[in-house]
Amino acid sequence: MKGQGRGLQAYALLYLLFLYAPIILLPLFAFNSGTIIAFPLQGFTTDWFSQMWANATLRTALTNSLIIAVSAAILATCLGIFAARASTRFEFPGKGGMMGFILLPMVLPEIIVAMSLLVVLLGAGVQLSILTVIVGHVLICMPYAIAILTTAFSSLDKSLEEAAYDLGETRWSAFRLVTLPLVMPGIISSLLISFTISLDEFIIAFFLAGNQPTLPTYIFSQLRFPKQIPMIMALGTVLVALSIVLLALGEYFRRRGNARMGGNPTGGFL
Amino acid sequence: MAKGLDAQARQGYALIAPPFLYALLILAAPLLTILTYSFLTDGYLTVVRDFTWANYVQVWTDPIVRTVMLRSLTVSALVTLVTVLLAFPVAYYVSFMVRPEKKATWLFLITIPFWTSYLIRVFLWKVILGYNGVINSSLTGLGIIDEPLTFILYNVNSIVITLAHAYAPFAILPIFVALEKIDRSLLEAGRDLGESRAMTFWRVTLPLAMPGVLAAVLIVFIPTIGDYVTPELIGGGKIPMIANLIQVQMLALDNRPLGSALAVTAMAIVALVSIVFLLINRRFLKVRS
Repeated sequence: MKGQGRGLQAYALLYLLFLYAPIILLPLFAFNSGTIIAFPLQGFTTDWFSQMWANATLRTALTNSLIIAVSAAILATCLGIFAARASTRFEFPGKGGMMGFILLPMVLPEIIVAMSLLVVLLGAGVQLSILTVIVGHVLICMPYAIAILTTAFSSLDKSLEEAAYDLGETRWSAFRLVTLPLVMPGIISSLLISFTISLDEFIIAFFLAGNQPTLPTYIFSQLRFPKQIPMIMALGTVLVALSIVLLALGEYFRRRGNARMGGNPTGGFL
Repeated sequence: MAKGLDAQARQGYALIAPPFLYALLILAAPLLTILTYSFLTDGYLTVVRDFTWANYVQVWTDPIVRTVMLRSLTVSALVTLVTVLLAFPVAYYVSFMVRPEKKATWLFLITIPFWTSYLIRVFLWKVILGYNGVINSSLTGLGIIDEPLTFILYNVNSIVITLAHAYAPFAILPIFVALEKIDRSLLEAGRDLGESRAMTFWRVTLPLAMPGVLAAVLIVFIPTIGDYVTPELIGGGKIPMIANLIQVQMLALDNRPLGSALAVTAMAIVALVSIVFLLINRRFLKVRS
């Protein structure tokens, strides 16, 4: 048993190395003074970071991406709360089908979602802008928000709410005073995950943003120019660091929520 | 009691209405639109409202479409196979060998790379696998090879490697969940009844883990077949997959009906594959209960 465990452990560690290979390389190239992204490395520099900082288009793209990600995260989480509450607390005919349909974007190829939405928007004469991107992002963030929120709502003890009713609270005030604080860690975790998904989403932003840049579409446009790539590596390093911080926060709140409800600390984001 | 049920159902509908209507408006309506478009005729800058099967005939007879469709299917199948085979031992390790309090940390470590910029990850694989990329330059530097390895250069192989990396957590998590559900006493029973460790794995663990494996297959297969970025960046647009073809028809060539027919056909193929796997899965679920 021990020998087998060692072998598997070595394999699992190698696999982690495979998973992290690109992320480990990213800062190496971001601080490398050579202009070509290849080994051997030349020398240490922070020029690419200052170049990134001074780039005006990049700032516009960042602002757009932040507006989109914040709006999409809030809207997706709000809609997700409705769905999670409905699916965990109430029984009604057709629930499975309706929930399945809402969760469909999770498994549908994004290109199909983007293309069909684009065709309709163009057909209806809607001006493409960051607003249309938000509409699309809410759709694809919602299933992830629901997955997280359903876990939070399902570990909720129903008798707590009933106790609140018995003590004279109305349905809404019981929800606000009892349920909401208990599922708050789930809500924060859902906001963070939706924000991260939206910030990194490329396909929908690429087709639905019109001529407005977002961070991923800006990165995509710059990857064609070898001269710009070191700066993109610097940008990537910042983004990776940022998403690791956000995810760690999300994980922290998820675990704290679980601990508060007495659940076991296993499970992941998906 | 009947009245109570009605009230409960009413509340349920009221709650689920906002997200459901949103999905109806933003997802179902557009999907129905492209389904309709796929039966209409293309005019200059417009779509003519004449019913036709021509788009589907073209999709199924055009050699270019067939090549691209087959390539997409092959790439997706390969990616799925590689991803699931590589992921299974990791899921097994985390479920059976890692101490319970460490499991969440392992899963967290596995999911982190998945959430970091997809575009940059794909681009970095091009850097790792490229002509004077990390692998080739270090192997030449060490004197192991004289010429760069060509089988990983900007081709279908490099697309497969990149996608296998991108979808790794998708494969690990469902398999892990299925393995976690296995009652450990069943394995002891198998061993007590005189089965070897390998046979216990083959006859007890693997069949019980199959629902997770099949879920992993679907979760990897469906998005990879529609991947747009990897063929575009790694293949430099020279090895298109179905998503790239749909985009070209819809936007660059402005042939919405043909683009719609392509999209609908791709979705139909994906749905067909999914149904086959769900039916197989039903067999394994029956074994379990």
